[in-house]
Amino acid sequence: MDNIAGTKSGLIWAVHITVAVLVALWLFPTVGLLVSSFRTADQISTSGWWAALFPAEINEVYRAAAPDDNRIAEGDRFVVAGNVFGQAGAKEVLVWGVSSRAIDAYRAGEVADLGDGETITLLADGTYEWRGNDDQISGRGQRMFVTAGAPPEFTTGNYSTVLFTEGSGGGMAKAFFNTLTVSIPATIIPILIASFAAYALAWMEFPGRALLIAAVVGLLVVPLQLALIPLLKLHLGIGIGKGYLGVWLAHTGFGLPLAIYLLRNYMVGLPRDIIENARVDGATDFQIFVRIILPLSFPALASFAIFQFLWTWNDLLVALVFLIDATGETTVMTKQIVELLGTRGGNWEILATAAFVSIAVPLLVFFVMQRYLVRGLLAGSVK
Amino acid sequence: MNPALQGLLTIAIGVGACVGYFYFANQILDKVIFPARGPNAGRNINRANHIRPWLFLFPAIFALGLYLAYPVVETLRLSLSDREQGGAFVGLDNYSQMMSEPKFWEAMRNNMLWLIVVPAMSTAFGLLAAQLTDRIGWGNIAKSLIFMPMAISFVGAGVIWKLVYETRPDDIAQIGVLNAILAGLGGAPQTWLTIPFWNNFFLMIVLVWIQTGFAMVILSAALRGIPEETVEAAIVDGANPFQIFFKIKVPQIMPTIVVVWTTITLTVLKIFDIVFAMTNGQWETQVLANYMYDKLFRAGDWGVGSAAAIIIMLLVSPILVWNVHNARKEMR
Repeated sequence: MDNIAGTKSGLIWAVHITVAVLVALWLFPTVGLLVSSFRTADQISTSGWWAALFPAEINEVYRAAAPDDNRIAEGDRFVVAGNVFGQAGAKEVLVWGVSSRAIDAYRAGEVADLGDGETITLLADGTYEWRGNDDQISGRGQRMFVTAGAPPEFTTGNYSTVLFTEGSGGGMAKAFFNTLTVSIPATIIPILIASFAAYALAWMEFPGRALLIAAVVGLLVVPLQLALIPLLKLHLGIGIGKGYLGVWLAHTGFGLPLAIYLLRNYMVGLPRDIIENARVDGATDFQIFVRIILPLSFPALASFAIFQFLWTWNDLLVALVFLIDATGETTVMTKQIVELLGTRGGNWEILATAAFVSIAVPLLVFFVMQRYLVRGLLAGSVK
Repeated sequence: MNPALQGLLTIAIGVGACVGYFYFANQILDKVIFPARGPNAGRNINRANHIRPWLFLFPAIFALGLYLAYPVVETLRLSLSDREQGGAFVGLDNYSQMMSEPKFWEAMRNNMLWLIVVPAMSTAFGLLAAQLTDRIGWGNIAKSLIFMPMAISFVGAGVIWKLVYETRPDDIAQIGVLNAILAGLGGAPQTWLTIPFWNNFFLMIVLVWIQTGFAMVILSAALRGIPEETVEAAIVDGANPFQIFFKIKVPQIMPTIVVVWTTITLTVLKIFDIVFAMTNGQWETQVLANYMYDKLFRAGDWGVGSAAAIIIMLLVSPILVWNVHNARKEMR
């Protein structure tokens, strides 16, 4: 419906600008976290993350090299030359001065007159030349107050700290694997169970089918908060305790209604002919399911797999209740981050990096599999 | 053992057990219990086919029953019994104790605020984004970027937004965007998350940020489904773009708007992680789910905790009934 008649070009510009503003607003917080995770603690605490994208201005004081050792005679005059930054071009001189009261007196390349023929000049790359007579070029080096621009500087040091330092600094690598151990079976098991059930609900005749479908729709919205106490008691009672098995079972139970609902809706729409032909040819239900239904249902399976994976990866509550015991050996990333928020609330380099480690995988999954995610959302909520 | 290896091993066992059940249960049914050979071959096949649906359904029914249906009943029972008296029936004591706590009413008030603000704002922003991105060339990229927060965990989003709300003392540079803007305008820095009442809205923004993409995706599909003739007819009649949007398009996608609204409402009712990670209910930001968690795992009072869970269930149940009603109507 692009360019429908009556659309004014001015309005189209308003649309472009509004969308650009919306996108910028939505992206800005996440970009802030990403940029912060590559900055050092010092940088983070002295300037906002948006400043990291531009050259930073810093004020520094340098001294010319000690004249008595470094001066070179040129006739009856002497010269001390060198570079204030140590190596040419490490930073860029913007303005400079020779007195603390006028630190921006000269631009780069200008010559400062120090009186009685004594001069000093400072180039943009940091090279200086200090000239004068025997008496002037002696004692201590001339001071230079430099306002320099440093190029944007980023570090990956935070990531190694957060991933590999045990204790309160991070240990995110372990938590990362724990999260993976939770979410992969917690994604696959409900898919297996739900796809068999969905097939039965879609293509097998048996009494009570309609009632079961209604029950699934009802259970779709039961808040999992209700399940916490009874199930924790049950798990402790039958000896599963807190651990991976418990958290897989819990995620399976909580994910099943959506899985069955999505998959059944999809399977019902598959062509009846294929299934009946297979039946006539003597295929059993198990064969029909494995050879025909499963491959044809791939889009629906993928949609649900993404949902469940994102949900289990990002989950905090279920892991808190069913997985993490007093030893903390099985801690997941979300829990680790909440802990860091409590203990290292001001250390943004640690927090931002830890958070980004945990959201990197979902973001990757999101951008690669977005098509299936959208399809699943549409199937799951629009009638 | 290496954690990665250990993880892989546990994964293999968990998934393997599940695949094994379906495969062997079918094998046993067809080969051992009702073999399709011998004198009763035909009858055996029929019998096996009567049992097979239940074989397929058993793990699902078992898990649904145990993990969702049973807890509803059990939580109700726990909310009516007392921990200190060894689980004796105490009627509505837990509820009356809960109702006498100001923290509970604070949580109720906040939950109601969340219920009004978050679905309304998410749907409004989603509708705006859906309508606008459908009309421009780079709309799909824009959509994908607005949709992105959907993949981020509530905890991750909490950290992201805490950085936005970060406060530093007055005399040094502000590193939180909000305070930096305020400082740029000449104001004094605020600790946003500790300002009672208004801090609720700062938490809500996080959820709106996450849910807008969801609303946008669904509403955008609905907008594309509108018959073009209706829009063309309106243009011929001289309607301006705003009239087309509000008088032609919105009424036609009203059912979808309702679905989006209720889906977000369900998320809001259960909201826990954002509050838990960002304020933990301090400074008058308590919500029901976090109140419940506090009662269960900090105070160890499962009577009142269960009562709070039942309140959440009661708030959800109108939507439950409505959904089941719709699903049944559709199947007929």
